[in-house]
Amino acid sequence: MVKCMNKLLIPTAGKAELDGREVKSYSLKELSTRVGFVPATSSDSFSMTVADTVLMGRHPYAKLGSEKEDMHKVYEVLKALNITHLALRNYNELSAGQHQKVSIARGLAQEPQILILDEPTANLDVRHQVQVIELLQRVSHEKNITIIMISHELNVASKYADRVIVMSTPGIIYRTGTPNEVITEDTVRYVYGMNCRIIDDCGRPHVILGTPLSDEEIRELHKDENDLVG
Amino acid sequence: MKMPWQKYNVDSEYGYSDDEKKMMSDYSKHVYRKYIFILACVIGMVIIIGITVTIGSYGIGFFEAYQIIFDHIIGNIQDSDKDFVIFELRMPRIVAGIIAGAGLAVAGAVMQSTMKNPLADPYTTGISSGASFGATLAIVLSMSVVGGNYAIVVNAFIFSLIPMAVIMLVSTIRHASPTTIILSGLAVMYLFNAMTTLLMLMADPNALEEAFQWQVGTLGLIKWQMIPLMAVIVAIGCIALQFLSRKINVLVSGDEGAKSLGIDADKLRIFCLLIVSLMAAAIVSFTGIIGFIGLVCPHICRMFIGSDNRYLIPASAAFGAMFLILADLVGRTIIAPTVLEVGVITAFIGGPMLLYLLVKQKKEVW
Repeated sequence: MVKCMNKLLIPTAGKAELDGREVKSYSLKELSTRVGFVPATSSDSFSMTVADTVLMGRHPYAKLGSEKEDMHKVYEVLKALNITHLALRNYNELSAGQHQKVSIARGLAQEPQILILDEPTANLDVRHQVQVIELLQRVSHEKNITIIMISHELNVASKYADRVIVMSTPGIIYRTGTPNEVITEDTVRYVYGMNCRIIDDCGRPHVILGTPLSDEEIRELHKDENDLVG
Repeated sequence: MKMPWQKYNVDSEYGYSDDEKKMMSDYSKHVYRKYIFILACVIGMVIIIGITVTIGSYGIGFFEAYQIIFDHIIGNIQDSDKDFVIFELRMPRIVAGIIAGAGLAVAGAVMQSTMKNPLADPYTTGISSGASFGATLAIVLSMSVVGGNYAIVVNAFIFSLIPMAVIMLVSTIRHASPTTIILSGLAVMYLFNAMTTLLMLMADPNALEEAFQWQVGTLGLIKWQMIPLMAVIVAIGCIALQFLSRKINVLVSGDEGAKSLGIDADKLRIFCLLIVSLMAAAIVSFTGIIGFIGLVCPHICRMFIGSDNRYLIPASAAFGAMFLILADLVGRTIIAPTVLEVGVITAFIGGPMLLYLLVKQKKEVW
């Protein structure tokens, strides 16, 4: 679904709209100045320096003679993420957490209205997870950017998100709303097939996982939709 | 005092902080180093040209050679014999070497980047096998698209573009991922190689030798009249790729990322491939298959200046040109008067050189 938002995929049914216009009708270039995307992994073969990698984010705006301004933007972004000291290091010399920060920096250098991140906290240890997400939250408030983030971490979503969309297989929206509305024991049972307990953590739900449901129980839960399909 | 690499930290237009100034000047120095590498390659090339033109039975001194070249360029020819020796006998070979070396190295650099594969070279799409089949067809069976002196050249050129046509056809049906492209190239290559082998089994010894020599790659058959066409195609190709270099950089970082930055990854890849194929086909048809330059030169340049295609493309051009005329020089002098074909020498020098650099380098390039 998220990939339909920035034209990586064209929806097979329904439509995606941005500012009241169908995403399909935007050219890739137009879209690139509005929606930024930070992929889950980016290839590090033939990698360049961090400064050059982030500079790529300026590509949609690049024209002859704009290097100076572009480099200034790169600096601002690196500064905001506290990684100016990495500017001349090669991308593939960095750790996973630093990679993620550089990718986010590239997305921010794009100056989008919406920044989409595909599992920005995957492969990171907890400390880096929290760092990355708090950074995203700060940036979103400071620069007034909408951040859409894909995550499998329920507690990350419930702690930081303003709104949550729970997706269930096969690619359907199960529920949307604030974390308190959406992240419930029922949701976790239905979507993830897990028993759990939810406690209140400073006004936000916090999921404590229990045992997985058995196959029979899952079949029972999904009986209604199977009937529909059958 | 303002240094040439300080073009980024000049005024206080943005109210630069010290930290930012430092980063900018570090970055400028980092870019400046890349220019130095390119300049060094060009100087190396000029020196090698000087050495190469002095080689031959007619004795011409090293500095004398530059004097003669300079005189020829400003149209003030003093010794017409020496001028003839240099410009009619020795120069075509060198100029062709520079064009071929630069073209193949740039083609290789772009192929590796767009395929995201360090093993790619200009021939990855099957250009070499198509060209050899075309040439062998002309040499062994005298079957060619046009007759006369250019039978082999035209044949090689046309057949070398067939694999690319196949790849473009496949990519209209399937998504043009690097794997699809490389595998379709491989499939076509095996087909052409089998047909070439078949032809060579039927050939008489003279034709066999000629076909074999063509496949190794040589600069010895180049005449002045062949050069303009090759030069024009290679020059246009290099300039076009240089303009695309920023986009190629984005492509290397991943197709999805490229798309979100407004670049259609598949289209760009196919377009680059088309330019590379035309360049390689133009070179190969005149010189035969000079291997190794396209594979190794870009890697050596990456070790020195990194993978940024904006600088890698000109650096590869300069280094490739220098390397090829050096290889030709070595081939002609090492066991003189016997001449070793340049394709053999590039492999002989390039192989150990790459291994040495692989072991020595400190940075992770790939």
